Amino acid sequence: MSAATEPRTLAPPERRIAEVKRVERIGAYDLIVARDPIGPADPRPGQFYMLAAGERWGGGGGERPYLPRAFSFARVEALPGGQGADLSFLLEDVGPGTRRLGELAAGDALALLGPLGVGFTRPVDGRRPLLVAGGIGVAPILCWDDELRADGVEAPVLLGFRSAGHAEAAALFAGAPGVSTDDGSAGRHALVTEPLRSELERDPQVVVYACGPEGMLVAVKFLCEELGVPVQLAVEAGMACGYGACFGCVVPTVDGYERVCVEGPVFDGRRLLAPEAPAA
Amino acid sequence: MTGAAPGEPIDLCGIALRGPILNGSGTFDAIAARRAFGDSLLERFPFDCFVSKTITLEPRQGNPPPRLWETASGMINSIGLPNKGLERFLAGDLPRLAELPVPLCVSVMGFSHDELATLVEAVGSRDEVALIELNLSCPNVETGTLVGADPSETAAAVARVRSVTERPLIVKLTPSATEPAAVAAAAEAAGADGVSLINTLKGMALDPVTRAPWLGGGTGGLSGPAVRPVALEQVAAVAARVAIPIVGMGGVASGADAADLLAVGATVVAVGTESFRDPAAGRRIGAELAAIRVATSHIAAGSSL
Repeated sequence: MSAATEPRTLAPPERRIAEVKRVERIGAYDLIVARDPIGPADPRPGQFYMLAAGERWGGGGGERPYLPRAFSFARVEALPGGQGADLSFLLEDVGPGTRRLGELAAGDALALLGPLGVGFTRPVDGRRPLLVAGGIGVAPILCWDDELRADGVEAPVLLGFRSAGHAEAAALFAGAPGVSTDDGSAGRHALVTEPLRSELERDPQVVVYACGPEGMLVAVKFLCEELGVPVQLAVEAGMACGYGACFGCVVPTVDGYERVCVEGPVFDGRRLLAPEAPAA
Repeated sequence: MTGAAPGEPIDLCGIALRGPILNGSGTFDAIAARRAFGDSLLERFPFDCFVSKTITLEPRQGNPPPRLWETASGMINSIGLPNKGLERFLAGDLPRLAELPVPLCVSVMGFSHDELATLVEAVGSRDEVALIELNLSCPNVETGTLVGADPSETAAAVARVRSVTERPLIVKLTPSATEPAAVAAAAEAAGADGVSLINTLKGMALDPVTRAPWLGGGTGGLSGPAVRPVALEQVAAVAARVAIPIVGMGGVASGADAADLLAVGATVVAVGTESFRDPAAGRRIGAELAAIRVATSHIAAGSSL
């Protein structure tokens, strides 16, 4: 993809400090809203930021966390004047980095770099968008839904969660997303791929946009291929830098290993190989 | 403290640099960074000399993921030298790297003396290239010895390529050598113009659930503040043995860390893992170092009165 056409908003070339405005508890997740006074107001849905707490994050006597962590932004609200934005990030306490970020409170410093990577691409050929997310993967799907709605496009949204506590994140969406849970404690007792299959068999003239855990993305990819539906997948990978320096975040594609932070995190589903497949 | 006064150009093996901060090879991809940051990267370029990823003769995919593991004050990587190979590097990457506002050092690794000579001759013949770094952290395919860990293997490799280029040759030393200073001395005697150290320290991490090796490559290289004391000792030991310039690196995260390496004999300093945390780290460290050196020179001037 040429640099001129890819859905990428450029980032300032340095880490900067945003101010945490508030932290909302949403079921099993925390939603951090931070005011970034310097960065672009128009990151592309699917792009991400590298985050670290401004204090007590490496340095000094710090051990872990040491490296920043990658998060898709979940929501963006431009500040008046065309520069800067309030950025929202959804996180779940799964390790030392997310635990430290979850301790942030209003007024604290949030170090960030971004927006990074490439985001989602609009549907072509008269197709309509269909949005699918699993768990913490709702973040890029939420801002993509926000942007589509701002343009008058109401896309179906299908969300899958482990349980009712996680499913509370569905309330962030402006519309009425379809909710499934693994344990049946909220919404439909199913994997999200079940309602997705029904939806695609009813109306295949769509482009599927998906983000979620690896197993879900693999299932969505194969389902879409089976039904001949194009799919864009926002993938997650452990990364040290977020801007192509460390070469740590590769995934296997039809063209060999590619860096998630440079060529992704949004990939055309046909280009991604299932993780167990050998690299080219 | 050695080196030029703050603000004065630095001489690295005959190449004038605007300052003393380099990147460690394989820790900054200027072409990918320009995709993320645009031309503002060039306006605020974080280094005074840019060192490329290591180039091999043939393209390499690198190691299977996962490739990273965060440690206490550092990380282990198992990347496996992915690169496009010599031909595509020269045709595609080199013209883009020549657009950077600083001199270019190209890092190469060959799996035989002939392969290394082919790389050095081809890279050295290009006007865009100011310096060449020899990454000798590879086994001799015939003897199995890690070339960079052995003084005689290192001397043989340097001697083989010395005749094919007039560009300054900097030998990257491995901290796995029994005596890195002996390897450095052998490289100097064979015609190397400089040495750089330290490379990463070999390490390992296990999956916390399965207790199987976490990294796709099985083992990896430890970097970051965790290795800083090792770097300081090895740079000091090498500086005591050789007269050629030294590129010091290993866990540099601040101007004070850089000043330490310069104090024990480094000519310039490279930043690696800290750039992963902030792409502008090199600029910040350079500014912090300049401030320290101004303060130090004032103290020196005062004490001489």
